[in-house]
Amino acid sequence: MNWNEKIRKATTHISQNEVLIFERSSAGKKAYQLPPLDVPEVDPEILLGEQMREDLGHMPEVSEIEIIRHFTRLSTWNYAVDHGMYPLGSCTMKYNARVNEFVARLMGLAEAHPYQPERVSQGALLIQRLLREQLLEITGMDAITLQPAAGAHGELTGILLVRAYLESQGNPRKKILIPDSAHGTNPATAAMAGYTVENLKSNSAGMVDIASLEAQVNEDVAALMLTNPNTLGVFEQEIHKIADVLHARGALLYMDGANMNALVGKARPGDFGADVMHLNLHKTFSTPHGGGGPGSGPVACKKILEPFLPIPILVTKPDGTLGFDYNRPQSIGRVRMFYGNFGMHVRALAYIMANGPDGLRQTTEDAVLNANYIRKGMEDSYDLPYRTPSMHEVVFSDRLQAPRGIKTGDIAKRLIDYGFHPYTVSFPLIVPGAMMIEPTESESKASLDMFIEAMKDIAEEAEQHPEIILEAPHNTRVSRLDETAAARKPILRWKPQSAAGEEAQQAVAVDARA
Amino acid sequence: MRYLPKSESDREVMLREIGARSIDDLFAAIPAEYRLKRDLNIPRAYAESEIVEFFRQRAAESAQGYATFLGAGAYSHYRPVVVDSLVSRGEFFTAYTPYQPEIAQGTLQSIFEFQTMICELTGMDVANASMYDGSTGAAEALMMAARITGRHKSVVASSVHPEYREVITTYARYQGMPVATVGYSKNGRVDLEALDKAIDNETAGVLIQSPNFFGTIEDVVAVGEIVHKKGALLIVSIAEAVSLGIVRPPAEADIVSMEAQSFGVPLGFGGPYCGVIATRDKFVRQMPGRLVGETRDRNGKRGFVLTLSTREQHIRREKATSNICTNQGLVALMCCIFMTVYGREGLKDLAKQNLAKAHYGAGEFKKAGATLLFEGAPRFNEFVVQTKTDPYTINDKLLGQRIIGGFPLKKLYPELGNASLWCCTETTSKASIDAAAKEVAL
Repeated sequence: MNWNEKIRKATTHISQNEVLIFERSSAGKKAYQLPPLDVPEVDPEILLGEQMREDLGHMPEVSEIEIIRHFTRLSTWNYAVDHGMYPLGSCTMKYNARVNEFVARLMGLAEAHPYQPERVSQGALLIQRLLREQLLEITGMDAITLQPAAGAHGELTGILLVRAYLESQGNPRKKILIPDSAHGTNPATAAMAGYTVENLKSNSAGMVDIASLEAQVNEDVAALMLTNPNTLGVFEQEIHKIADVLHARGALLYMDGANMNALVGKARPGDFGADVMHLNLHKTFSTPHGGGGPGSGPVACKKILEPFLPIPILVTKPDGTLGFDYNRPQSIGRVRMFYGNFGMHVRALAYIMANGPDGLRQTTEDAVLNANYIRKGMEDSYDLPYRTPSMHEVVFSDRLQAPRGIKTGDIAKRLIDYGFHPYTVSFPLIVPGAMMIEPTESESKASLDMFIEAMKDIAEEAEQHPEIILEAPHNTRVSRLDETAAARKPILRWKPQSAAGEEAQQAVAVDARA
Repeated sequence: MRYLPKSESDREVMLREIGARSIDDLFAAIPAEYRLKRDLNIPRAYAESEIVEFFRQRAAESAQGYATFLGAGAYSHYRPVVVDSLVSRGEFFTAYTPYQPEIAQGTLQSIFEFQTMICELTGMDVANASMYDGSTGAAEALMMAARITGRHKSVVASSVHPEYREVITTYARYQGMPVATVGYSKNGRVDLEALDKAIDNETAGVLIQSPNFFGTIEDVVAVGEIVHKKGALLIVSIAEAVSLGIVRPPAEADIVSMEAQSFGVPLGFGGPYCGVIATRDKFVRQMPGRLVGETRDRNGKRGFVLTLSTREQHIRREKATSNICTNQGLVALMCCIFMTVYGREGLKDLAKQNLAKAHYGAGEFKKAGATLLFEGAPRFNEFVVQTKTDPYTINDKLLGQRIIGGFPLKKLYPELGNASLWCCTETTSKASIDAAAKEVAL
């Protein structure tokens, strides 16, 4: 019997084989041509002496068509938002508009040197100014830096702001409180900023327990790092009380903005008590994830933290032009060279412009609607450990399937057969066997229906034919990979004499026959 | 809203299915007093055509199509068209971190190729993919050296990019890591005597840059001897990656911290770029950032996975090697494609052209009457000249000719007076060098 016959979204399809680029290489092939040199040739040996290098080892030698085919074939082995729903919880895998890519590549922006005179950089600076203003309006904060390169980098910047502020008050304090539901970046950030981490337990509703918080906040606590909505997709209803408890004892509230896609246009962290927060432009503001990056992590804060923002700060000069101010004696210093991931700033501004106030609000509403629709559709088939209302994502668990030996990771692999990217597996840590689902606003009702149907089918398979799930995925280029072996004896680069090389030659032979 | 795939009736049906009366029901968790009851005060929605027009105007207000002599950590190199054709494939740029390897082999294999190429070029055993940029990568490399050696101090050459040094200061402050700075000698290289004195038995890492901020190639062998004699680790930062086509790799380094922007990444007003840390096998477990490794699937077929993740924040939390999560994935792919296009011969030819252009430029400036600083040590594609006239004045005049002059050094290195740092790459024409030389002469 064909267990895949009910799968509607995906089918098998020819997938091209492709070896490593080094295995395509042979001496003398070229993909480049330099123009003739218009200045006299030089002898590198005379100019460089013993600093000259002789050869470039095993760098590839291939032609242009081989490069196009190589990377095109590789690309077809990826699943991407462009293929379909990519419901990785906490990652906000939304549509990446093509116009954003187009405008980021306009010559005057893509080729602008960071040190070119300000007078010929006014266009780039205006883009940054507008993005700053609009992000401040969206967050309800007073001041902002666009310098941090990603979310975790923004966290570090934000906690350094807290530290600098508290130092200016006489005591930087020692600890950062972090809920047990937090992203791993939060504790890692606190450590990098020289703080120790103290865990804060969530209550039965999945929220910060005010009583525990009150018991734990003392003069040693610098800040609480809180994601809101938290990683369960739950809005911290007592957010202002949380802020009050912290403020009453001289501590600050850091908000991890990873989940801002639930709030834009509906509520502003600055209004509900956050002192400092980062945004992930690559989540909420649709700049592409690019297979892992680049991101951009602007940090917005209240007035009291403004003097400590990283240098330089964008200002309007007395003559009305835009420029950078480096003279800020209380600044924490620089967190990155130049002015941040400007290319992402361009894309984020283009996204906000395309939406306007109505579009942003509708986007948030649709993101929350989609998550709740999935919750409703799946709640009869999967365990919902927290019944608290969901915002933009919902966390189920594998509790009902686990007795049959089916874990969240297995269900994820089976979802691949159905043509979907899996949800986030085993996170947040407070839910054993977590399945964290964030559909984003980019899914139609039809695609949500198909996803729900797939999840229900898998729940049925878990009852009747668990082996199908345990062996999934069935139709991918590679089956489940041995991650333990990869970590035990790491092979982190290609080498010509490796066993990999032999297999590659076999693969070439197969290619040649085809 | 054109990005949203739902009709009003879809929304109504879905709300009914959920059992909500209106969308407001789904936001009831937010206390009423914190719900925004007005429109965000941002401009109305723009049509795509308006967005394009808006950014075209901004681009036109920026130096578009100017010749440039700026380097100083961000380099203007020709970007082969195939780089953008390939990274513009949605399969690459709309994918996430390859946590599900069965459906991310494209990203994983290309990263594995990137890691291999960086190793080939730097002479290191292993490279990550990637760090945010060269500046944060350098700071993380120093922290890595502290973890490896169990020591806590750092020494940094003042000829390391000044903005890298500022970032290091920020990162080091709360790591309990004092950072000593060592000056440069007459030939522009790090002052070896001062370096020797600055390193003690608590020094974890010594950071130099080569080619350094002045464009001078350091004597990595000599620096390595001094550093290793004292049991510290040598970190070599490379800001101009194209130099690796012709300059001897820093084989004596324990850690190489690179900014790979030169490999096909647009200048983009400073980012996104691509930092990389490369090191020896024995240090890999102290390295921050993502790593891809080769493995087998259940049928014995070769495949690639993210590996050694027990170093990382999502597993180790506060004990992780770094808090880094999002990296510069797509930019690393750009670099990988660029390195493939030029390859074994092309990177050498490209580097040679850079060498020739900068040699010609330095010679012409000198002939014109400017003083060439730091002679007596080899350079790559940048050189420092001292002029009678304030470099800002020279640059003002050049700007009128649509030429962006060199980077004035007086704010960062006041001791060098009217000095500026000039960069010539394969994109710098003889005509613009000749035009600039005329202004420098005055």
